[in-house]
Amino acid sequence: MWSSLRALFAYPFMVNAFRAGTIVAIVSAAMGWFMVLRRQSFAGHTLSLVGFPGAAGAILLGLSSTLGYFAFCVGAAVIIGTAPRPATRANYRDESAVIGSVQAMALAMGFLFVSLYHGNLNGLTSLLFGSFLGITSGQVIALLVIAAGALIALGLIARPVLFASVDPEIAAAAGVPVRVLGIGFIVLLGVAVAETSQITGSLLVFALLVLPPATAHVITGRPLLGIAISVVIALVVTWVSLVIAYYTPYPTGAFITTLSFGTYVAARTVRWASDRSRSRGAAVVPGAAS
Amino acid sequence: MSSLVPVLASVTSIFSHSFMRDAFLAGTGIGASCGLVGYFVVLRAQVFTGDALSHVAFTGALAALAAGFDLRLGLFGATVAVAIGMGLIARSGRADDVVIGSVFAWMLGLGVLFLSIYTAGSSGANGTAGVSVLFGSIFGLSAGAAQAAALIGACVCLGIVVIARPLLFTSIDEAVAAAAGVPVRVLGIAFLALVGVTAAETTQAVGALLLLGLLAAPAAAAHLLTERPLRGLALSAAFAVMAVWAGLALSYEIPSLPPSFAIVAVATSTYAGAAAWAGKVRARGNRMMLGSDMESGLEIAR
Repeated sequence: MWSSLRALFAYPFMVNAFRAGTIVAIVSAAMGWFMVLRRQSFAGHTLSLVGFPGAAGAILLGLSSTLGYFAFCVGAAVIIGTAPRPATRANYRDESAVIGSVQAMALAMGFLFVSLYHGNLNGLTSLLFGSFLGITSGQVIALLVIAAGALIALGLIARPVLFASVDPEIAAAAGVPVRVLGIGFIVLLGVAVAETSQITGSLLVFALLVLPPATAHVITGRPLLGIAISVVIALVVTWVSLVIAYYTPYPTGAFITTLSFGTYVAARTVRWASDRSRSRGAAVVPGAAS
Repeated sequence: MSSLVPVLASVTSIFSHSFMRDAFLAGTGIGASCGLVGYFVVLRAQVFTGDALSHVAFTGALAALAAGFDLRLGLFGATVAVAIGMGLIARSGRADDVVIGSVFAWMLGLGVLFLSIYTAGSSGANGTAGVSVLFGSIFGLSAGAAQAAALIGACVCLGIVVIARPLLFTSIDEAVAAAAGVPVRVLGIAFLALVGVTAAETTQAVGALLLLGLLAAPAAAAHLLTERPLRGLALSAAFAVMAVWAGLALSYEIPSLPPSFAIVAVATSTYAGAAAWAGKVRARGNRMMLGSDMESGLEIAR
């Protein structure tokens, strides 16, 4: 077992895959925790899809796909963040329809760019589903620098963002710049998504961005502990998936999503069972069930 | 009169190809069902559900291919089953964000797994299967498949018309509808099943990844233009069918445009046009209301 793991790290591409996977897992799990708290998973999903035409367009123009990912994800984040906030349920309804349409349009444009690029279908699959196993050392360093910047920025605004997310009205009344923080957070989310997309592809970003944080939210409501749990789950899932993918002919993304979904379901089941037994125990004292 | 001749000539040339006739036949059924179902999807704020089902469609289709079945079996089976399942899990038939997000992240991962099993097993001959499920291949539909798509589209439209009234009531005020004896939960689940069928249908035309464009954009445009439900439903269906027709014609005239891109582009432009128009009308309304607004503003300021 140990020697086979050592054999795994004998390949530079596996070492780079582990380094990149680690960086991406930490950033997406931390950022995702706030995203799930703020109920912005639909927006996060849109950002990840918008990266696809960005990367495809950049390749069509002969630029690097990294540039395309960052330009489109951050650009879309600014647009989503500065768009008028939904105040009522009717507005929320319109907003989700707009996001849905924008998503489909973004994917359609990506598809157009790829087919204009003389139909390199392998390129299409790797843009959508990622290529965990072809990362250069230069890319790892770029990922690390950007991840560090994004995490520091998140650390700086974490407390007010937490306050503003839990109760926007009271936070606004207490003088917290709720709107500016919202824009700042979604731009950071755009950076995290662009970063993750390069490794997992546009379609599977969500697996690292939503599932580990959602699991953490099921386990605990405490912020610091929750973020830590979320990061640990994302890291373990990524590492284990890389190892399995190395020994099987199947893509990493399939294992990342399956493992993180399994963790989420397990957490929900345990929570449900413990809630049930607690409420049965508390049934003796009426009104204590909740 | 003379300018009409080339237009007519190109129309006849479009319909002289059997694959174009099939595409128009299937596209009409798909567009109409998308428009009608989409109207309620937007009204009930279930766009996210439609999105999740699109990913399920991808996985279902590839699972069927990997197992050696007909693609449509997996497509319809998976979307309808998951739609009903989501209706059952979520309280009151409305699935919540994180549950849907989780399901579809996992679904996509499974889809990639099936894709790699399928492409590894079929010696590269069907290497484009993944792409055609993701982005559609309406020009590649057989005559039988096109007729089936049109028929299923008609059934979905009929289904929506049958449940339209109680569904509308439930969507606007669930609590009152439940109090009035409307079976809210059953209705919500039945509606989700219809969304599932529509998602599977639409996947054949514009692909799993783009179906949201046809489901959400025409419906959202209709919601912007009118508050009245019947007119909105009709408008939404008309927009969706027109988007499919215009998209097909565009991509016939400009071969480098994939049909699914053209259809989604037309649908989204329809929405953008409707938003611009609605904005202009609202601005005019605001100007007329400005006097009274300023008075109430002053009152608030005091």
